Amino acid sequence: MATFIEQVINGLTIGSFYALVALGYSMVYGVMKLINFAHGDLFALGSFLGYSLLVWGSSFITTHVGLWGGMAVAMVGACIGIGLAGILMERVAYRPVYPAGRLSLVVSALGMSIFLQNGIMAVWGARTQAYPATVVPSTRFSLLGVPVTSLQIVILALSFALMLFIWYIVEKTTFGAAVRATALDRSTATLMGIDVRVVIFFIFALGPALGGIAGVMNGMYYRAISFNMGWTYGLKAFTATILGGIGNIPGAMIGGLLLGLFESLFAGYINGAWKDVFVFVVLIATLVWRPTGLLGEKTAEKV
Amino acid sequence: MATVLAVRDLVVNYGAVQALKGISIELGEHDIVAVLGANGAGKTTLLKSISRILAIKSGSIQFRERDLQTTPAFQLAGMGIAHVPEGRHVFSTLTVDENLDLGAYGVRNLPAGRELVKTKDWIFDLFPILRERRKQLAGTLSGGEQQMLAIGRGLISKPHVLLLDEPSLGLAPIIVQEIFRVIRQIHEEEGVSILLVEQNARKALSVARYGYILELGKVAIEGDACDLKNNERVRAAYLGGAKIVC
Repeated sequence: MATFIEQVINGLTIGSFYALVALGYSMVYGVMKLINFAHGDLFALGSFLGYSLLVWGSSFITTHVGLWGGMAVAMVGACIGIGLAGILMERVAYRPVYPAGRLSLVVSALGMSIFLQNGIMAVWGARTQAYPATVVPSTRFSLLGVPVTSLQIVILALSFALMLFIWYIVEKTTFGAAVRATALDRSTATLMGIDVRVVIFFIFALGPALGGIAGVMNGMYYRAISFNMGWTYGLKAFTATILGGIGNIPGAMIGGLLLGLFESLFAGYINGAWKDVFVFVVLIATLVWRPTGLLGEKTAEKV
Repeated sequence: MATVLAVRDLVVNYGAVQALKGISIELGEHDIVAVLGANGAGKTTLLKSISRILAIKSGSIQFRERDLQTTPAFQLAGMGIAHVPEGRHVFSTLTVDENLDLGAYGVRNLPAGRELVKTKDWIFDLFPILRERRKQLAGTLSGGEQQMLAIGRGLISKPHVLLLDEPSLGLAPIIVQEIFRVIRQIHEEEGVSILLVEQNARKALSVARYGYILELGKVAIEGDACDLKNNERVRAAYLGGAKIVC
């Protein structure tokens, strides 16, 4: 039983990374009908940005703000930095090719992914880097007989808070309704007085910003980061997006958490080496049996 | 009558095809003007270019003496031009309430709180069925209800000018009656100026003061609604030959 609970907590932790990254995929897809293949690499960039902030500031962190303060600095830094990177990416890689259609956009996204991956390698090197142990909070304690770290608890709490926040913005505010309306019908949204450029700006800032935060969490949790990690994470978060139903905000959250649970339980009980294979089996199975995802595309056809 | 909306020598192209070949129309203060014509005559194109969601090739569009040439499309709602598009285009996975809220999105000077609630109540008085359906997704409404929602969504911004594109399209006669009752009511009670695009010429001319008949991207005939109803050519081509008394 203890093993089971441990695997569930592990699964929820990595699942919340997937969910945060999946939200970015889903929001951009909803409004732009674009699968932003560079999104995983923005996540990786966030991880490296957080790493550098922690390394440069390590003496300041240990003497002044403490480990949790350091974590907050890294997260806020990555959130702002990657949000800006997302806006810049839309400006240079996507906006110029909107008139050329969706295929050109996807090709541009793939190009952006390769550019970012190589950019990270050029700046931080091709070797795997590690978040220094001295800046990562790691108090261990036992919860109902299950060993957990304080970091895990904070990651889980923060992820759920962020998801709740996004859900509230998108589903409960008038601006969120404007975002959903833009996703449904751009020219009618314009007739309502919605500035579509603001909506696009918003999703390309918020989606990547969430990815950046997830990148820092991931780096602190696993410690090891490498320039090409965005590819695997991107694909897994993409799988989570498909699993939950693409373009569907609650779907991205549920898809991410479920995928993390599946992966963790599979690794714990069946075979750790095959867990990535299992993840993509989930992707294929979803596409074959339920291509609209678990929550499906929200439709309101009259019956 | 002071002119609110003036379109002059408007030319619009779809690729190589010229959809509007130099059209001039005018809409006055507290006015209803009908634009009639067959499919493909350019009626919807005319409204979309006024709303600036279609680029124009040449000509001018003026709203209260202001040239709209350089105004971004999304600002028009805030300036007092509401466009109820052809085919209703309600946001199907949003609720009736959310659809109405978005109708007021561009109106910055409308305080979101009490004023919006009051205006919404007025919309619900115009179309009581919407009040019952307010928590429902717009896509689950019937065609007539969706049309009412689309009109309500246009009216909630308290517009100066309402552009109505084919409000009777595909609706049962009894619903068409109700829609036209509301068109007359908002014109008489609120003084909204309405540019009404219709295929149902008889209905349109029954509420309009003036009418334009478009044929292949040009104004073929124009005149007071009464004169149009008595025009031989209009009667034969658009009113099914019936004689209508003014």
